[in-house]
Amino acid sequence: MTATYVVGVDGSDASHRALAFAKRQASLVGDDCSLLLVCVVEWSPYKFQTHEENARRTKQKQEEIKIATERVIEPLLQELKAEGIKAEGKVVHGKAAAVLNNAAVEANAEQIFVARSADHGLSARVFGSVTAQLVMSANVPVTVVS
Amino acid sequence: MFKNYIQAAVVALLTFGSSMLFASEGLDEAVNAIFASSTGWFVSLIFAPIPGTSFPWIVLWLVVGASVFTLYFGFVQFRSIGHSISLVKGDYSNPNDAGEVSHFQALTTALSGTVGLGNIAGVAVAIGIGGPGAIFWMILAGLLGMASKFTECTLAVKYRNEYKDGSVSGGPMYYITKGFAERGIPGGKILAVLFAVFCILGALGGGNMFQANQAHAQLSGVFGDYPGWVTGLIFAGIVFAVIVGGIKSIANVTEKVVPFMAILYVGTAIIILAMNADKIGWAFGQIFEGAFTGLGVAGGMVGALIQGFKRAAFSNEAGVGSAAIAHSAVQTKEPITEGFVSLLEPFIDTVVICTMTALVIIITGQLMFDAQQGVYLLGDSGHIQTIGDTSGVALTSAAFGSAVGWFPYLLVIAVVLFAFSTMLSWSYYGLKAWTYLFGEGKNTELAFKLIFCVFVVIGAAANLGPVIDFSDAAIFAMAVVNIIGLYFLMPIVKRELTSYNARLKSGEIKKTK
Repeated sequence: MTATYVVGVDGSDASHRALAFAKRQASLVGDDCSLLLVCVVEWSPYKFQTHEENARRTKQKQEEIKIATERVIEPLLQELKAEGIKAEGKVVHGKAAAVLNNAAVEANAEQIFVARSADHGLSARVFGSVTAQLVMSANVPVTVVS
Repeated sequence: MFKNYIQAAVVALLTFGSSMLFASEGLDEAVNAIFASSTGWFVSLIFAPIPGTSFPWIVLWLVVGASVFTLYFGFVQFRSIGHSISLVKGDYSNPNDAGEVSHFQALTTALSGTVGLGNIAGVAVAIGIGGPGAIFWMILAGLLGMASKFTECTLAVKYRNEYKDGSVSGGPMYYITKGFAERGIPGGKILAVLFAVFCILGALGGGNMFQANQAHAQLSGVFGDYPGWVTGLIFAGIVFAVIVGGIKSIANVTEKVVPFMAILYVGTAIIILAMNADKIGWAFGQIFEGAFTGLGVAGGMVGALIQGFKRAAFSNEAGVGSAAIAHSAVQTKEPITEGFVSLLEPFIDTVVICTMTALVIIITGQLMFDAQQGVYLLGDSGHIQTIGDTSGVALTSAAFGSAVGWFPYLLVIAVVLFAFSTMLSWSYYGLKAWTYLFGEGKNTELAFKLIFCVFVVIGAAANLGPVIDFSDAAIFAMAVVNIIGLYFLMPIVKRELTSYNARLKSGEIKKTK
C-alpha cells in the first residue's frame, strides 16, 4: 500500500518542524510513503489591482514561483533525497487552506501536515486562522504541529 | 542615470510651477488663445450638429454604433448578463490560472478608470440642462453601450500583444492593426496610429487636465480660494511618485480605497432612497415623462436626449476604446469571456451608479418645479433653476447633503480620489498609445510620464475652456476611429460568440466550481 502525505511549507522554522514530524510519520510507514511539499503563494482573484500590476501579472507570477521553488522547495527536496525519502514539491497560488486541501484530494493523500498558523489580529479572530480553516474544511485528516 | 532623470523632472516641475505663480494669468490667456485658434476647427467638427438639428453627430455615431452591436449580437447584453456574473465570480475559471489576472480584477481595474466625475458631476449636468428625462436616455445609452464594450473588449483580448517577459499590451491600436491585416482590409495601421494620437490627447485632456481642474474646484470649495497651481503641483508630485518613481503603495492604496468609496457612495444613495421610498415612483414618473416631453427643458425631448446620451458616453466610455486597454490584461483562453465581463461595466457605471445619483437629486427636490404648469423653471442660462443655484458636483453635493449632513465632506474626498484614480488609469492608457507609436523603452515611457505630470499642473492651474473642449473632442475622436474598426471586425467577434455559445451549450465549457 502506498501513502502520500501533503506537507505545507513556507521556509519558516514552524514549517520545518511540521516537515520533520511528517518525515518521522513517513519513516514509520516505510518506502511506500512519499511526501508532497506544497508552498502556497497567497493570492486572491478578488484583490483590487492597478493597471501596471495587471499588465505584469504573468511575469510576476513566474517570478514568485521561481523564488519559492529555489528558496523553499528545492533545498527541502535535496534534504529529503539525501535522507532517502521520496518527495515531490510544487508552488501554488491561492488561499492556503483551499490549496492544501485540493493538493491532498488530487494526490489522493492520506493526511496533511501543517505548522500551527502564526495568523493573528482581527482578521484571524473573525475569519479564523489558515490552520483553523484547513482543519474545518479538509477532506482528509490534518495534523497541526506546534 | 534614472535618479538624474527624476531629479531633472522635479526641477522642471518646480520651475514650471513657480513660473505659473508669477505668470499664471498671462499663461492662461496664451494657452487659451493658442488652443482656440489652432484646434477650434477640430472641436467644431467633432461636436458639429446634424444639419437642421441641434443634435451633435458624434452622439448619434456612438448610439448608432451601440445599437448596431446590440442587434448584430442579438441583444447579448440582456441574454448573457447571468453568465457574465458567473464569470466574474470565477465559476468558469481554470484553477491552474490562479495567480493570474482574474475577470474580477480586469473589471474592477477598468471600473476605476470609468467610475468617477461622470457619475457625480456628469449626471448633475445632464439633469440640470436636460431635466430628469435625460436620465431615461442616459440609462438607454448605458444599456446599448454594453454591446459596444462587449465587442471592443473581446477584440482587445484576442489581438493583444504578449511579450516574452510575460507582460501584455492590448487595446484598439493592436486589434485594429492585427484584425484588419487578418481580414485583408487595408488602412488598419493608419487607423491605429490615428487612434493612438487621439488617445494620447484624450489622456492628457479629459483623463488628466479635466480631472485635476475639477479636483481643484472641489478642494478650493472646502479650503477657500487658492491658486490652482498649488493643487496641480501636489497632484503632479503624487502622480510623479506613482508613475515615474514607481511608488506602488500610493497606487495600491488608491485602487483599494476607490472601490470602497464607490460602495459608500451607492450605499448612502440607497439609504437616502429608502428614507424617501414613497417618492421613488414619482421620480421614475418624472424620468419617463421628461424623456418624451422634456417637462419644459430647453430643447424639449431632444434636449433631454442629447444630454442623456452625451453624459452616458462620457461616463462609461463605451465605444471609446479606453477600457479595452484595461481589459486586455485578463488571463483567459477564451477572449469572448472578457467581452461578457466587460459588458457589466456600463451597467454598473451608468445604469446603477448614475441612476442612483439622479434619483437622489430628483427626490431631494433640488430642481425647481412649477407644479401648476407641470414644467421645470429655467434660469437665464437655459438651465433648470436649483435650490442654492448649484450645478455639477455642487448640485449632487447639495442633494446628498440635504439628507445626510456630513456627506458633502465625504464627497470632496471621493471626488479627489476618483479624479486621482482616473488620472492614473488614463496615464496608463496614454502610455500604451505612446509606446505603440514610439516603441517600448524606459526613456520613451519616461518622456510621456513627464509630459503627463506637467499637464496635471496646467489642468489644475487654469480655467482652460478651449483646452478642455479640445480634450473632450479628442476622447470622442477616439470613438470615431474605434467604432470604424469595430464595424470591420465585428464578424470576428460574432464567430467567437457562436463558437463559445455552442461549446457552452454542449457542455464542453463547464463550470469549474
